[in-house]
Amino acid sequence: MPEVLKAPLVVEFPFTRSLGPVQSAFLTGLRERVVLGVKTGDGRTLVPPVEYDPVTAEEIRDLVEVAPTGTVTTWAWNHEPRRGQPLGTPFAWVLVRLDGADTALLHALDAPGPEAVHTGMRVRIRWAGERVGAITDIACFEPYDGESAEPGGHDGTFEDAVHGIVAHARLDYTYSPGRAQTAYINALSSQRTFGERCPSCRKVYVPPRGACPTCGVATSEQVEVGPGGTVTTFCIVNIKAKNLDIEVPYVYAHIALDGAGLALHGRIGGIPYDQVRMGLRVEPVWSEGARYPDHYRPTGEPDADYDTYKELL
Amino acid sequence: MSKEPVAVVGIGQTKHVAARRDVSIAGLVREAARRALDDAELEWADVDAVVIGKAPDFFEGVMMPELYLADALGAVGKPMLRVHTAGSVGGSTALVAANLVAARVHSTVLTLAFEKQSESNAMWGLSLPIPFQQPLLAGAGGFFAPHVRAYMRRSGAPDTVGSLVAYKDRRNALKNPYAHLHEHDITLEKVQASPMLWDPIRYSETCPSSDGACAMVLTDRAGAARCAKPPAWMLGGAMRSEPTLFAGKDAVSPQAGKDCAADVYRQAGIADPRRDIDAVEMYVPFSWYEPMWLENLGFAEEGGGWKLTESGVTELDGDLPVNMSGGVLSTNPIGASGMIRFAEAALQVRGQAGEHQVDGARKVLGHAYGGGSQFFSMWLVGATAPDN
Amino acid sequence: MTRDIALVAFAQTDHRRTSEELSEVEMLMPVLHDVLGQTGLRTADIGFTCSGSSDYLAGRAFSFTLALDGVGAWPPISESHVEMDGAWALYEAWTKLLTGDADTALVYSYGKSSPGSVRDVLTRQLDPYYVAPLWPDSVALAALQAQALVDAGETDEPALAAVGARSRADAAAANPHAQLRGPVPQGDYLVRPLRTGDCPPIGDGAAAVILAAGERARELCERPAWIRGIDHRIEAHGLGVRDLTDSPSARLAAERAGAFERPVDTAELHAPFSSQEVVLRKALRLGDDVRVNPSGGALAANPIMAAGLIRIGEAAARIHRGESDRALAHATSGPCLQQNLVAVLEGDPR
Repeated sequence: MPEVLKAPLVVEFPFTRSLGPVQSAFLTGLRERVVLGVKTGDGRTLVPPVEYDPVTAEEIRDLVEVAPTGTVTTWAWNHEPRRGQPLGTPFAWVLVRLDGADTALLHALDAPGPEAVHTGMRVRIRWAGERVGAITDIACFEPYDGESAEPGGHDGTFEDAVHGIVAHARLDYTYSPGRAQTAYINALSSQRTFGERCPSCRKVYVPPRGACPTCGVATSEQVEVGPGGTVTTFCIVNIKAKNLDIEVPYVYAHIALDGAGLALHGRIGGIPYDQVRMGLRVEPVWSEGARYPDHYRPTGEPDADYDTYKELL
Repeated sequence: MSKEPVAVVGIGQTKHVAARRDVSIAGLVREAARRALDDAELEWADVDAVVIGKAPDFFEGVMMPELYLADALGAVGKPMLRVHTAGSVGGSTALVAANLVAARVHSTVLTLAFEKQSESNAMWGLSLPIPFQQPLLAGAGGFFAPHVRAYMRRSGAPDTVGSLVAYKDRRNALKNPYAHLHEHDITLEKVQASPMLWDPIRYSETCPSSDGACAMVLTDRAGAARCAKPPAWMLGGAMRSEPTLFAGKDAVSPQAGKDCAADVYRQAGIADPRRDIDAVEMYVPFSWYEPMWLENLGFAEEGGGWKLTESGVTELDGDLPVNMSGGVLSTNPIGASGMIRFAEAALQVRGQAGEHQVDGARKVLGHAYGGGSQFFSMWLVGATAPDN
Repeated sequence: MTRDIALVAFAQTDHRRTSEELSEVEMLMPVLHDVLGQTGLRTADIGFTCSGSSDYLAGRAFSFTLALDGVGAWPPISESHVEMDGAWALYEAWTKLLTGDADTALVYSYGKSSPGSVRDVLTRQLDPYYVAPLWPDSVALAALQAQALVDAGETDEPALAAVGARSRADAAAANPHAQLRGPVPQGDYLVRPLRTGDCPPIGDGAAAVILAAGERARELCERPAWIRGIDHRIEAHGLGVRDLTDSPSARLAAERAGAFERPVDTAELHAPFSSQEVVLRKALRLGDDVRVNPSGGALAANPIMAAGLIRIGEAAARIHRGESDRALAHATSGPCLQQNLVAVLEGDPR
């Protein structure tokens, strides 16, 4: 069996997140080097402050300032920092209960090595040089053997509060289309289209996906289809799609290649867009080095009769 | 052994808008949930379990967001389920929740669906460039427009029908304070003059992209008896799926949709849907899907759906009002859109739909679909409890 | 409502570091054929189908829709999907059977961890405002939990090493599908105090089960694994508000599932990290007389989204084979055991 195809797939978006009042106050506070918690109905102070009490589900809004110093409640030594983590050098992940808080905050602790870290150790916030109103305004924690800092009396009201964050998220995958599609894609490179026939219902699937979706059995018998085909239905695209360098208007069509059990999709060219019709006979036009036909053009044959393709729309 | 009857006793929605910049994701879902509890006059402690649905996690960039939302939805210490069945998910989620009551696993279940599409561009999530695949050649509407053309060819519908649906739904939305689009100056001429994006689909015949959430409280017979407001009773509910693409698929009137409706009608004792059902909230993301679904759901014979639309039968004051709320054409937080259909159906039989109330609505169908017209979920709700 | 429902068939793939030569449906389909074959059922005979999987693991939206191709959903089927481990798909199917709307259900789940970096992918599950921007990976979070256990005197590194060694030895003895079988070095620290041996293998796999109600179950299986109780519970999301050395949600789920009414002889625990077995043994009150993870558990094979369903399947399979009379099966989801499901399975008296 030939090697399956593989290629990188990068999933990368910037997410624009609105914060709501409590998170807005907390992250704005970090920008101003103020750490806020939120009081619950029964008097606990949650840091970082959340919008809803995890115990009672009540909405909580009563913000109070806590100290930038605190105590490690558990830790883990990370000798190989990964992309996006707070520090590029080995560090400890820590949960820290800040002075004045009843719950702990997750962040990084900059320490020389694991022997320098223990549960119960005292730490303080090291602020980032540039702060924008994000959890990363805390650069990390650092060991601290001084006095507990006294929290100020900030009530969480700020001028020019941040109301949103932009969270960049990149994940890297290696995509493989699997056996059936690899065979299909490899055949396309010699400008031929192969489907696979279902051993049970005998329908020919193009592109093949490894299973006959109605019978639920593996397909494997290779069947060449096309190159000619019939436009079974279509639309005229009048707006440019992102990342597509095609002049509008153009026709996007469902094309049933001769011998195929269902239609695939393609662009119709070589004919004015407003003369494309259901039943038009077409053939692929390949451009140099492209994996898929650039478009399909009329063959000049008479149009196919509706009854011959009405189940291939 | 019979199933426990399921009642809808609380309904809550957010005001759907393009971007809710004032709330977090938790804040958005919380708002709908709180309104549903208030409607039911219940507290968080009264809820036994939470069932949540939404469409792909890539939309908000949070994997399995129910984990993070457990606190906001009062689910800590309770069972929490997360459903994902593509565009039909809002309906499916409600049905999963209803089954928990029907099976007598729980008495009172909070169910909720949401999408906060402003956190990203929804089209990114739908069009990740998968290696080796042919690039998509058209936007979302381009995916649906060829099916619309196929419907027009098959039914002989005049090309104005799509604009009639859009004009009706946008006017209905003006009577629904929660709808996203409130186009006060809408006219039929404006709809018909709007740009043709994916011929035969015009701009005004497409749905918006919304931030929104919808929640319902479902409960058993005893729970319904404790509620002051009238409940909506579930008379039938079903899901059906067929493959995404297959040889012989009828994308205009999918078999899964027909089978799903038939199952619901069987459960509810509906012999003739056109006669026995008073109104429908159906999932119409592009206006032409109204006549298509009218046929698929058995309200018209094949090829006759557009005649109901054209003759005004589906208007708010017609004989079979469709999408009294303004529908998906006016409000589309994708994951929630199906649940909004289910909830709006329930509002109607409870007589609480306000300005878009259909007088005397006793039996109303809620409908959702998704994927490549392959996943269907529906329920029929009534003003009186099922007799069994 | 009283309706007895049982697992009557279970199948799984061989779990491997990568199955890149197969698409998801190509990986899944043989498992579906296997469970159907065990019962002699065809897709059209199944009353309800439910699956569990994750788009984030696959790196593609709506990834579950193509997996449906392996089922043969024609004529159309009654079907649903959870964006959760397949154990919760089984729970949904169980409720469906309880209503009486269906007598049989096909439940499947699959996960391919090989395409992405699963440690990074799982960071996207975390609070998107305060935590996810720091990219704390799944091993780091489990290590914080492990250190809390060490600090509390609940375990130590040699005890954790013993959990890993026992799991892989059990897999070598009894589980041909496992990814790690036989002695595995305890290894270097991955994130201290967790060493490579304390962590699950990363791999691809799929699993399927068939549920049946009442007499139908007896027709389809010689010794059905009856679900005597099943329940699941979730905890607060923030690690800093939880006691990481305990699992109140697992305990509550077990209580609601009736696990404490009578002793179990076997427990299949979904503990991807050795330290999490320590937490679960305590929360679920499992004594030394209970056979824990005879399959090797998640430390021997951990196809994400399927590993929880596999625990239920493995417990059921022991009942089918007559190796257990009453077994507890557990599945987990979320960081540091945030969400837990417990099922109690029994065989008919022999």
